[in-house]
Amino acid sequence: MADTDNIAVQCKGVTKTYGSGSTLVHALRGVDLEVRTGELMMLVGPSGSGKTTLISIIAGVLGRDDGECIVFGHDFRHMSHYEKTRYRGQNIGFVFQLFNLIPTLSAAENVAVPLIINGVKRREAIGRACEILSRVGLGDRTYSPPTQLSGGQQQRVAIARALLHNPKLIVCDEPTSALDHETGHKIMELLHDVAVGVDRALIVVTHDARIFEFADRIAKMDDGHILSVENSNYRLTNKKKN
Amino acid sequence: MNFIALKMLVGNRARYLSIVIGLTFASLLITQQSAIFMGLMTRTFGFLTDTALPDIWVMDPKVQYIDDIKPLKETESIRVRSVEGVAWAVPLYKGLLKARLSNGTFQTCNVIGLDDETLIGGPPRMLQGKLSELRRSDAIIVNDIGAAGKLATVLPDGRRVPLKIGDTMELNDHRAVVVGICQVQRTFQSQPVVYTTYSRATVFAPRERKLLSFVAAKAKPGQDFHTLCQRICKTTGLAAYTKDEFKKLTIRYYMKYTGIPVNFGTTVVLGFIVGIAIAGQTFFSFTLDNLRYFGTLKAMGATDRVLLQMILLQAALVGSIGYGLGVGTASALGTLLGRTELSFLLTWQLLLVSASAVMVICAVSAILSMRKVIRLEPAVVFQS
Repeated sequence: MADTDNIAVQCKGVTKTYGSGSTLVHALRGVDLEVRTGELMMLVGPSGSGKTTLISIIAGVLGRDDGECIVFGHDFRHMSHYEKTRYRGQNIGFVFQLFNLIPTLSAAENVAVPLIINGVKRREAIGRACEILSRVGLGDRTYSPPTQLSGGQQQRVAIARALLHNPKLIVCDEPTSALDHETGHKIMELLHDVAVGVDRALIVVTHDARIFEFADRIAKMDDGHILSVENSNYRLTNKKKN
Repeated sequence: MNFIALKMLVGNRARYLSIVIGLTFASLLITQQSAIFMGLMTRTFGFLTDTALPDIWVMDPKVQYIDDIKPLKETESIRVRSVEGVAWAVPLYKGLLKARLSNGTFQTCNVIGLDDETLIGGPPRMLQGKLSELRRSDAIIVNDIGAAGKLATVLPDGRRVPLKIGDTMELNDHRAVVVGICQVQRTFQSQPVVYTTYSRATVFAPRERKLLSFVAAKAKPGQDFHTLCQRICKTTGLAAYTKDEFKKLTIRYYMKYTGIPVNFGTTVVLGFIVGIAIAGQTFFSFTLDNLRYFGTLKAMGATDRVLLQMILLQAALVGSIGYGLGVGTASALGTLLGRTELSFLLTWQLLLVSASAVMVICAVSAILSMRKVIRLEPAVVFQS
């Protein structure tokens, strides 16, 4: 049994349905999942298997129908709408498939958004955004708008945005699906290097088999169930290399 | 978050300009048409504005507005003068008479006949000559716009030679000599205004049993105008109004019995609809375009209140710019066309009305957008 202090996310019997009557869809049919701190958990499976629904519930952007989902000791069901929103703002980072960078803001301004939402002054937030952009190799593109950045660069900006406010949990939805193989690999290396910390967890939804090697554990999903959770040897391999 | 809201708005240049242009047109239409309407309404009582001295206007009880002349007996001015509290009362003639110009054409003129002795009710500003020149034989004073316009002599080559002091014309077959040029408010019918004495006006006018149009009276110091009006009514059986009451009576007539309010109101409503249709719809589309980003902000911890503030700020910005440009353009047009026949009166009340209309347009757009954003599930951010 895992040490409860090391558990970032614990889902038990989580169910979720969409629609009603003849259009009822069972997206999750009683999902049990445990994500530990310092871990990169990958959720894999075919389209419609419930991966995105599960991370939406874990990230607190979607309500569940039944079951239990505890994120760093907090159950979103017991929070008000406002508390949930504030908790997300302070503790959860997001990386999206289509980056979701605001096109009219510069890279630095996009990265600074989570800090500004949390009440940090604009100038200070942008200063810190510039620092983290340098860490992800975009120090020279801080004032470029997303439209002037390549897909890989945009995803690096999105990762910087997810990291800037030092969240406990980072959820990534198909972070490499819009990128070529080489860029996807670089992005995953970057995510793993900068995002996984002792008291932090990272959940990546993907069906891109080329990046499975970056996971610490892989949860396979199908038809709203977790079929299996397997260990991966990425970190071990990397440690050996170093 | 304000700078994010503003950058989201201004950064989408096409949408931003569409919204601002829509609001500018709405504001322009509403302001300009209302100002023209106000200008026209003001012209209806231009004569009252010009005739500043009398406090009280006495007339036939059936008179509905200033140009609705129902003549009184000559003796009525004496009866009014005898009412307690009246300092003085003078007869005034006001009527439309045909003038025959030097080239043989006819032009209807608004002829004002002033009390022979006092010349009370004369033009507010003399440009050439003196009011007292009216005491000369056949003397008339003509307003500048009439003299340079409808009463001007048109030469064979098309040039217009304004009527000047010393020129003569015929008023209802009677010789009249121009002894002065004055400046008065433009009249509603845009006819030339001709001042003369009361007795001469009654000579110019076609023969009628009664020719007195109004009795203009002044209250003794300390008299309450309304009480005095009531006393005059009671004593003479005539209608007596203060200047403001007479103005209101005139406006009420035009509002009730002419299609002017409907015509201008239609254009104002049209401006409002244009605003809702173009600016409102574009603003809503702009929000829809940015729904993914609002969802992203929501997922990242922006509360509904913050998002609503962002939308309100965006609506306030486009509203202010659109309103400013619209009102500015309307004012510029009013100033540019100020010397023409266009009636244009932009009052602070109109600015408020226009601002309110633009505010309503922006509020409707913002409310529709806010509903969309409030109902937005942040989970939308994971939809590809």
